[in-house]
Amino acid sequence: MIDLLRELSEAFGPSGHEKEVRQVLRRALEGHADRLWVDALGNLHAYRAGTAPQVLRVLITAHMDEIGLMVVGHDESGGLRVRPIGGIDDRVLPGALVWVGPDRIPGVIGLKPVHLLEAGEADKVVRVDNLVVDIGARNKEEAQRLAPLGTPMVFATRFGEVGRLVKGKSFDDRAGCAVLAELVRGDRLPHDLYAVFTVQEEVGLRGARVAAYTAHPDCGFALEGTIADDLPRKKDVSPTSELGKGPAITVMDRTFIAHRGLVRLLVDTAESLGIPYQFKQPGVGGTDSGAIHRAHEGVPSATVAVPCRYIHSPLSLLDPADLENTVRLMRESLARLTPDNIRNT
Amino acid sequence: MENLIRKLTETYGPSGFEDTIRAVLRAEVEPFADEIRVTPLGNLVAVKKGRGGEPRRMLAAHMDEIGVIVTHIDEKGFLRFTPIGGVSPLTCLGARVRFENGNLGVIGVEKREDPQKAPTFEQLYIDVGATGRADCPVRVGDAAVFERPFAAQGRRWVAKAMDDRIGCAVLVETLRQIEPVAGDVYFVFSAQEETTLSGAMTAAYGIEPEMAIAVDVTGTGDTPESRPMAVELGKGPAVKVQDAGMIAHPRVRDLLVQAAEAAGVPYQMEVLERGTTDAAATQLVRSGIPSGCLSIPCRYVHTPSEMVDREDVEGAVRVLLQALRIP
Repeated sequence: MIDLLRELSEAFGPSGHEKEVRQVLRRALEGHADRLWVDALGNLHAYRAGTAPQVLRVLITAHMDEIGLMVVGHDESGGLRVRPIGGIDDRVLPGALVWVGPDRIPGVIGLKPVHLLEAGEADKVVRVDNLVVDIGARNKEEAQRLAPLGTPMVFATRFGEVGRLVKGKSFDDRAGCAVLAELVRGDRLPHDLYAVFTVQEEVGLRGARVAAYTAHPDCGFALEGTIADDLPRKKDVSPTSELGKGPAITVMDRTFIAHRGLVRLLVDTAESLGIPYQFKQPGVGGTDSGAIHRAHEGVPSATVAVPCRYIHSPLSLLDPADLENTVRLMRESLARLTPDNIRNT
Repeated sequence: MENLIRKLTETYGPSGFEDTIRAVLRAEVEPFADEIRVTPLGNLVAVKKGRGGEPRRMLAAHMDEIGVIVTHIDEKGFLRFTPIGGVSPLTCLGARVRFENGNLGVIGVEKREDPQKAPTFEQLYIDVGATGRADCPVRVGDAAVFERPFAAQGRRWVAKAMDDRIGCAVLVETLRQIEPVAGDVYFVFSAQEETTLSGAMTAAYGIEPEMAIAVDVTGTGDTPESRPMAVELGKGPAVKVQDAGMIAHPRVRDLLVQAAEAAGVPYQMEVLERGTTDAAATQLVRSGIPSGCLSIPCRYVHTPSEMVDREDVEGAVRVLLQALRIP
């Protein structure tokens, strides 16, 4: 699974430009899914029939897209002006390396050297509209030719090991993609599995909305790479999730409230098998479940996430044990899922 | 209706945790409905069959209420929390909250460097009387509602969760009194209105009505130095023209006006600058559903002491009964 995560993490795929990620996944899933197809918005669907006599339709999504930047203008001197795709903190940008376009033209997000700073400048965050991406173009014309308006770019980060952890870009949500691919490639599950690798999550859960409409599921799960902010802090207050403490289960976030029966199923499964788990701090973030639960007459939904430090930055860290435990928790929970888990009285 | 309103407002039911309030409502509507079902997101739908004609109409009142949800339990057993729906830190000071398992919590506040400034949620915590993490009777992800008993005084009723249990009470009372009309009428007690409007949206998808009417509370402009708004307590139910999430469909708006006049119920026209209702979600379902809202004027919305006028409430029932009879 780590090899697949490496390939997924290094793939180029900002929102709306997910082709390369889709190709990686297609190759990984070929021969494992009963049907594999791409819909009008670019979601990759993998269907696998279940083995139970009374099957439920279970939708599981992981989003292929990642945050990035897009070219919105060119300077006379050949620099690229950019705007974010999805939520990026301006503070992580200066000095970062980027791949411009799917051909991966290398670029550097430039910043005035420390020697030239004027009084007071060092305390201020440089906003994205004041940054320039430097691809070494000689002038405006060359920059326009190499990176026309609308060219997307992503952080240029190679996957690697950091102690017991792994580093890479876009674990949000390539970690979820790796988990979902593993579920499709493993043993057949009792229920019909509609695994959908979605597009445009970072810009408004758009792929998941049509995926859920298409799958018309009895229940849904979104798999994510979520915020781990287990860093030292002054007070004993909520970390969103912590690395190495197992999959993070969402109760409520900005976009939806998880179905209580599904949360109970996940928790009961984890406790009975001794799989570590944690609750993601309620109220923060949003995932594909925000779109899935509103499809058709409503879909009981839940989100399960691999904790990742420093998401939405050039580089994040995750613990491979969390990845394995997320696969195990999902697989075991799906094996136990019955219509009773999603029945409301 | 007073006992019904007391029962509904004192019941637990924050968004996403509607099992208890749904059971209470189910018992109330079961004797009067021809069909009852619960949708995948937990909406309670009671159907009053018509005489076999058109139109099919949906009424929606949300059963969920605002509340708080536990995000962290510290070593000493104090809980950190975040709001469910629109809660102000100001109304949290000194408040008590009640969890689904019956446990009571008191909201406390850290020392305030600047007492002039309102506290943030990060400065607040819930004390459930635990001596540490080990004997804390609630878990991360457990939800609580504000604790405040129902009271009747003069013409007014006061309670927590009047938003929108008063709408639920109006629907229950309408269902009890209604004779079969031409088309089927769907009484929807919706879930998750305070957070995402997802309940009414998905219920409407399943029902596919020709018209949807939300019954919900609205603000008033009749208190000292209030934000200007031409709605007053006791001047009758309000027919919504517009709020922050929708413009009422003219046909629904006019039907409610026509019904109020025919029933001889005083009414007011309403433009609400902040907030919205289930109707904002239902109007966008499928190829669009003409949607509107009959509002119950309510003071102190989203505080633990929401106040309504009993004649406005009783008037709303009469307007709905009349509106449903108009084809």
